Amino acid sequence: MAAEILAEGVCYRYSQAPDMALKDVDLRIRKGEFVAIIGPNGSGKSTLAKLFNGLFVPTKGKVTVDGLDTRDRDNVWKIRQKAGMVFQNPDNQIVATVVEEDVAFGPENLGVPPEEIRRRVDEALEIVELKDFAQKPPHLLSGGQKQRVAIAGIIAMRPDYIIMDEPTAMLDPVGRKEVINTVKRLNREEGKTIVLITHFMEEAVEADRVIVMSEGYVIMEGSPREIFSKVDKLKAIGLDIPQVTELAHRLRGRGLTIRNDVLTIDEMVECLCPLL
Amino acid sequence: MREITIGQYIPGNSVIHRLDPRTKILITFAFMVLLFVIDDFAGYAFPLIFILVASLLSRISIKYMVRGLRPLVIIILLTFVLNLFMIKGRVIYEIGPFSITYEGLYQGTFMVLRLVLLIVGTSLLTLTTSPITLTDGIESLLKPFSKVGVPAHELAMMMTIALRFIPTLMEETDKIMKAQMARGADFSSGNIVKRAQNMVPLLVPLFISAFRRADDLAMAMESRCYRGGENRTRMKTLKMTHEDIFAFVATGFLAAGCLASRFLW
Ligand SMILES: Nc1ncnc2c1ncn2[C@@H]1O[C@H](COP(=O)(O)OP(=O)(O)O)[C@@H](O)[C@H]1O
Ligand SMILES: [Mg+2]
Repeated sequence: MAAEILAEGVCYRYSQAPDMALKDVDLRIRKGEFVAIIGPNGSGKSTLAKLFNGLFVPTKGKVTVDGLDTRDRDNVWKIRQKAGMVFQNPDNQIVATVVEEDVAFGPENLGVPPEEIRRRVDEALEIVELKDFAQKPPHLLSGGQKQRVAIAGIIAMRPDYIIMDEPTAMLDPVGRKEVINTVKRLNREEGKTIVLITHFMEEAVEADRVIVMSEGYVIMEGSPREIFSKVDKLKAIGLDIPQVTELAHRLRGRGLTIRNDVLTIDEMVECLCPLL
Repeated sequence: MREITIGQYIPGNSVIHRLDPRTKILITFAFMVLLFVIDDFAGYAFPLIFILVASLLSRISIKYMVRGLRPLVIIILLTFVLNLFMIKGRVIYEIGPFSITYEGLYQGTFMVLRLVLLIVGTSLLTLTTSPITLTDGIESLLKPFSKVGVPAHELAMMMTIALRFIPTLMEETDKIMKAQMARGADFSSGNIVKRAQNMVPLLVPLFISAFRRADDLAMAMESRCYRGGENRTRMKTLKMTHEDIFAFVATGFLAAGCLASRFLW
């Protein structure tokens, strides 16, 4: 069975909307990948995320998770276990009044035996580095910590894919860093497939692959280097580019010979030193 | 941010804290019923001793018990005064058209004692049991009735979510209030009608946001495979120990004492 999330010719229309929110989307998310999805507001990123774990069913086309079709209602719980979802607002996805109880919520729904839930909860809290907060009420945690609780709640369900819909949008810079580091660790150390929707380009740079959406279409797909070198195209659809890339772009505009695919500060330093 | 506490739970690790919540709920219930069985002062000796021993075992300071009584002082006083004046019998004292009778004094004191014991008994339950454990206990006790249509799991889930979101919504109220006050809104002066009117710009955004949260939460719960109580397991299962058996035995003695005081003596 194919170990991937596959979208084939997917269209989606909200029940009262006149237009399709997603138009003919073809995508493949391979197991182990770290994919970032970027795009302006209303470009269909959240809609796509909800199609990935069967919260929505395509109006046309199909989505399969490890070969399981999301249109088949018998698959829906299996799919949601395989493809966990983290949402934007940490406050609105925590169910329980104690951190560890919340992490246990998913496995409890799956009917996992109590001792096994205990093991998974401890392990998940370890991974997100919140062991010491197990007994705390969530409302006393910081935004970044709450979001990590939400991530732990998903990890405890043992998914292969974790889909995150702007998990850092409501966080301060510190919280954002915490969450992104957790996400990277999940991908590199725990081998989880990550789909990260974000409007912070610095976060997208960390991914193996970037998907760009605009007005319901997937318009670009490629490595961060490929994508962010197309500065004009990104700007045309109203997207930012990473600050360093922007700087390189401007310097090149002033006649300096700098590569057009600088992504990190270190690379920038490397490019600039020979010029001094 | 100030800490928001819900209920009056005082964390601890005493025997009373450790008892299964079902044990505590059932015993509290029995205790309340037994208070109504008693019909003379002598009978109160049993629940008094019972609650005294339980309080000592719980290691909860008397301060917190008294705090539980405070909001009900008016009701207690009213009970006393009404009984004092309304009951006819041998007059001890007269104030204008009102008269205090011996029977009134007896009945008033009797009722007040019953009320106080009722309140202290239930306080002991909520002081030693966290809301979440209490919820688990209620769910478990109601479970047998789910076959006849009592939505045990749903009720418990509703209570849990309410407990989870009360602090969040309180924080939000605080934030909206400050924002509105910064724009000149006034929540504390004027008569009651005026004040109620001033609350509208506070309540509208609060409701809108609450509905939004409910929507988000439903989506998050669904994507975490929530599908009601069926086939659901729990990480922490309730277990009765020998301590619970001991508590039930003690309650048995209490019941025997109360019943004897009513029907034998
Ligand atoms: N519940 C809804 N009902 C109708 N239209 C919606 C709904 N949610 C989103 N849309 C529309 O679908 C499009 C894509 O939205 P969304 O997937 O939320 O975009 P993004 O997450 O990229 O900002 C937008 O045009 C938006 O207005
Ligand atoms: Mg969105």
